[in-house]
Amino acid sequence: MTLLSYAKAMNTALSDALAADPAVCVLGEDVGAGLAGLTLGLQQRFGAQRVVDTPLSEQAFTSAGVGAALAGMRPVIELQIPSLLFLVFEQLANQAHKLSLMTGGQARVPLTVVVPGSGSRSGWAGQHSDHPYSLFAHVGIKTLVPATPTDAYGLLSSAIRDDDPVVLFAPAGALGVREDVTAPLAPVPLGEARIHRRGSDVTVLAVGHLVHQALAVAEELADEVSVEVLDPRTLYPLDRAALAESLSRTGRLVVADDSNRFAGFAAEVLAITAEECRLLAPPRRVTRPDGAVLPFALGLDQALQPGADQLRDAVRAVLK
Amino acid sequence: MSLPHLADPAGRYRAMRLIRSFEELALQWVRSGLIVGGTHPYIGQEAVAVGVCAALDPADRLTSTHRGHGHVLAKGADPGRLLAELAGRVDGLNAGRGGSMHAADFSLGILGANGIVGAGAPIAVGAAWASQRLGDPRVVASFFGDGALNQGVLLEAFNLASIWRAPVLFVCENNGYATTLPAGAAVGGSACGRAEAFGIPAETVDGMDVEAVRAAADRAVARARAGGGPSFLECLTYRFEAHHTMERRFRLSYRTAEEVASWRARDPLASARAALPEADTIDTEVTQLLAQAATFAQESAVPDPSSAEDFLYASGLKPRSGAAL
Repeated sequence: MTLLSYAKAMNTALSDALAADPAVCVLGEDVGAGLAGLTLGLQQRFGAQRVVDTPLSEQAFTSAGVGAALAGMRPVIELQIPSLLFLVFEQLANQAHKLSLMTGGQARVPLTVVVPGSGSRSGWAGQHSDHPYSLFAHVGIKTLVPATPTDAYGLLSSAIRDDDPVVLFAPAGALGVREDVTAPLAPVPLGEARIHRRGSDVTVLAVGHLVHQALAVAEELADEVSVEVLDPRTLYPLDRAALAESLSRTGRLVVADDSNRFAGFAAEVLAITAEECRLLAPPRRVTRPDGAVLPFALGLDQALQPGADQLRDAVRAVLK
Repeated sequence: MSLPHLADPAGRYRAMRLIRSFEELALQWVRSGLIVGGTHPYIGQEAVAVGVCAALDPADRLTSTHRGHGHVLAKGADPGRLLAELAGRVDGLNAGRGGSMHAADFSLGILGANGIVGAGAPIAVGAAWASQRLGDPRVVASFFGDGALNQGVLLEAFNLASIWRAPVLFVCENNGYATTLPAGAAVGGSACGRAEAFGIPAETVDGMDVEAVRAAADRAVARARAGGGPSFLECLTYRFEAHHTMERRFRLSYRTAEEVASWRARDPLASARAALPEADTIDTEVTQLLAQAATFAQESAVPDPSSAEDFLYASGLKPRSGAAL
């Protein structure tokens, strides 16, 4: 039995991928030192030519990753903070994602972008606390938000092997999660949801670190209501079959989504549900507010994040 | 082995003639509606594409611009398939999915024209870096206009190429205008100065002289292949036509007739042709080739609307339709 941390899981996934395939490389700021924890020891093991410390040029090294992918490599880009994704949206949305279609299938862009510490880390304020997975899902870029160390290992491994661009968000709120691992670590297919807890009264679809919050709330309410906790793991493409199957049993839905409410991920889940499923009660969302910018002061930051109290209230609301 | 079709002056003239005639045909097709959306004509700048590509090997790569037909043809793309792409046909280089601004032929190392100014340069650096890593001797030529000199990502790309000693040839086609904005009003300092600031050897050449461009490109490519890293080439050139075929509708006047005429008097085809006794024969050949290309493109089918999302994902993912259930 090993106690596996989330960061170690991602580190192991990168290490295994680098060892398995010489086309895999890592580019990012401070990856040699392993500042974000993901790449600790990798440069020593695989060399500075494969684990490459880049200058502070997110746009150029992200696009260089696209070019390297076109030339036969499988680059992994590490961006230390999620807000940098806004800088490289051109490179990912306009170039990486569009190249396959625009070239009539000539281009393959097996590029993975990993964002450790996405979302609020408390005290990092407006430009370090975004959690913009909805934007990437909207564009159509494969978007992953693993909640557990084994899923982080499995999804990152699959992302690197995937022939399309993939963005993987490692939520700050999940980085502290540790897991007893007995079975060998294995790839997790993209597009497959996971049921963390079976239930019969209400489905809580929770994203990333909110899975752990949902499990805690489900446990706390166990005498009152049977909560099923569904983790999509891959936000795009979403496992709609798993959602429909869960709702066919529970008939009630709450979505816990740590992104902005308007045009956010939860909104899409509700739209899918309205179109494709039959519910016994109106669904609820627990999200950040519309257009939220997280303020610095701790209490203000937390006031805008989806909380356990709100989730509890939402679960009770859909039961009425 | 350099590109065989550009190996001698006759081949280089032939390629320039092909680009010119192709563009003239494309202008006709825009007017007649066979090409929708219009194009950015390359007429006047042919010596740059041909001179640079003459220094490349078949395996070498390039990234291009929104004004990319010349680069694509100079690297050896089939004119019929390029024309079919401009007309949105299934036999187009990109199966009708890219059109003028995204024309690509990966089998020839053409990584694509690009609708975002300057966006190809860092992609070129990445492809060049990958060649280095994979131990293959390919170089990458990255074309962009003077307008791209003001894109921050281009300067970032210079820096990455410099520190990585990436085998890249940055080719700035300075045609004097970023759409309608004169370069003099847009570029602080000099084009070469920007590259030199990053430790990249730079030179300015007469972009209307295919042999001058080729000689400079030869030096740069040799340096790149020898591990000497990137080079920057500023080619002084001019587009004889509008920025875009839509421009006529707006009756824009940002260039004087005298200025256009003075550059037209330096037509790169005229000087290349003067030294070639076989020029008439080449012209006839090109005319025939383009007639075949036109027939090929016109006979090619339009894509089936039900295939509009084909190729969206390399892994074959098929997303939900946008229509009601």
